[in-house]
Amino acid sequence: MSDTINPSSGHKWSDERVELLVGNLLRFGVIIAAIVVIAGGIPYLIANGGLAFSFRTFHGQPAELTTVAGIIQGVFHGDSRSLIQLGLVLLIATPVARVALSLAAFAIQRDRMYVVITAIVLAILLWSLAGGKAL
Amino acid sequence: MNTIEATALLATGSFAAGMLGALTGLGGGLIIVPLLTLGFGVDLRYAIGASLVSVIATSSGAAAAYVREGYTNVRVGMLLEIGTTVGAVIGAYIAGFVPTNAIAIIFALVLLFTAYRSIRPHPSASVALPPDPLAGRLRLDSTYPTPEGPKAYQVHNVPAGVTLMTIAGALSGLLGIGSGVIKVLAMDQTMRLPFKVSTTTSNFMIGVTAAASAGVYLHRGYIAPGIVLPVMLGVLAGAMLGARTLTKTNTGLLRNLFTGVVVVLALEMLYKGIRGSI
Repeated sequence: MSDTINPSSGHKWSDERVELLVGNLLRFGVIIAAIVVIAGGIPYLIANGGLAFSFRTFHGQPAELTTVAGIIQGVFHGDSRSLIQLGLVLLIATPVARVALSLAAFAIQRDRMYVVITAIVLAILLWSLAGGKAL
Repeated sequence: MNTIEATALLATGSFAAGMLGALTGLGGGLIIVPLLTLGFGVDLRYAIGASLVSVIATSSGAAAAYVREGYTNVRVGMLLEIGTTVGAVIGAYIAGFVPTNAIAIIFALVLLFTAYRSIRPHPSASVALPPDPLAGRLRLDSTYPTPEGPKAYQVHNVPAGVTLMTIAGALSGLLGIGSGVIKVLAMDQTMRLPFKVSTTTSNFMIGVTAAASAGVYLHRGYIAPGIVLPVMLGVLAGAMLGARTLTKTNTGLLRNLFTGVVVVLALEMLYKGIRGSI
């Protein structure tokens, strides 16, 4: 079945091709996220390595580490914890990107029903990442 | 314990959790929460935040390896994702109001259920079901690769599957786990997808579901960079290595061993939850 795929035909966006693209996207996203976490982790450990590891009591995180905008701002100020959080946001973004890519594939396949279904899922994800306003 | 030592120990533990999670198909999140709370005395809320991170890491890390094989049913996954993401946001939202010892007790019960499901032999699909007309209308029926060529399969009980998935999503948001066992239960047993299709589709969905609740947790300050660092890197490395060796390993013994660990952790969490010391 797959040996009849002709790259110049409409098969370009066949399910198999999309899955291959998705696999590469996931691997790329995960590796970038890990590199960013390591880049933040090394200076973090140099600065804080000797301090006590204490997460016994919960006191939340400062506001600049809990929003995407605050994290990006912290990165520009050279804050190592913000850089770790940025890697985390990139990791969260990999499944979101996977959904977005599926949406594009369904749109190109003119599969209207699944464009709507996928758009609903993507909207929930983006709304949650944006802070889940109105909850 | 200082931060360097704790980071090294946590990274090692997370590596093992990610590897076992990928090899047994039970996911890394199940033992990250007990590892952090019981092993390192971390507050349950930080542990749940870190666990969600580990769930996304396991899913994306393993999916990058699985996705080539062509088992994932993206239509089924996406349809059920509506249920799981709505459930996940609700679960993450109510987690802010439920006392931590109650969350610990629910967590322990889910661990015990997972262990039970994991040792129970797989019942082979018994009675043939009539095709679900809804599955036809939603074009969910598909094929999967076998050595003899693509094999067609039908999807059953779509509404029941969506309901179970919403529950799976809510538990995922409440406890910071992937709920992979409930997802496979819904797809494998209820919707009657072939086993390989339900496990790979479930893995795809786990990352999306966890991403939906991770946003809520991030904003609530449950995700601490000092914990994310070792947990994310350790789980990622473990899950990628585990998924790569999956086809070459006999996982029967490993699965039983892992199940044993899960039961012990569940009982300890149950005890601490009831005593209110978590």
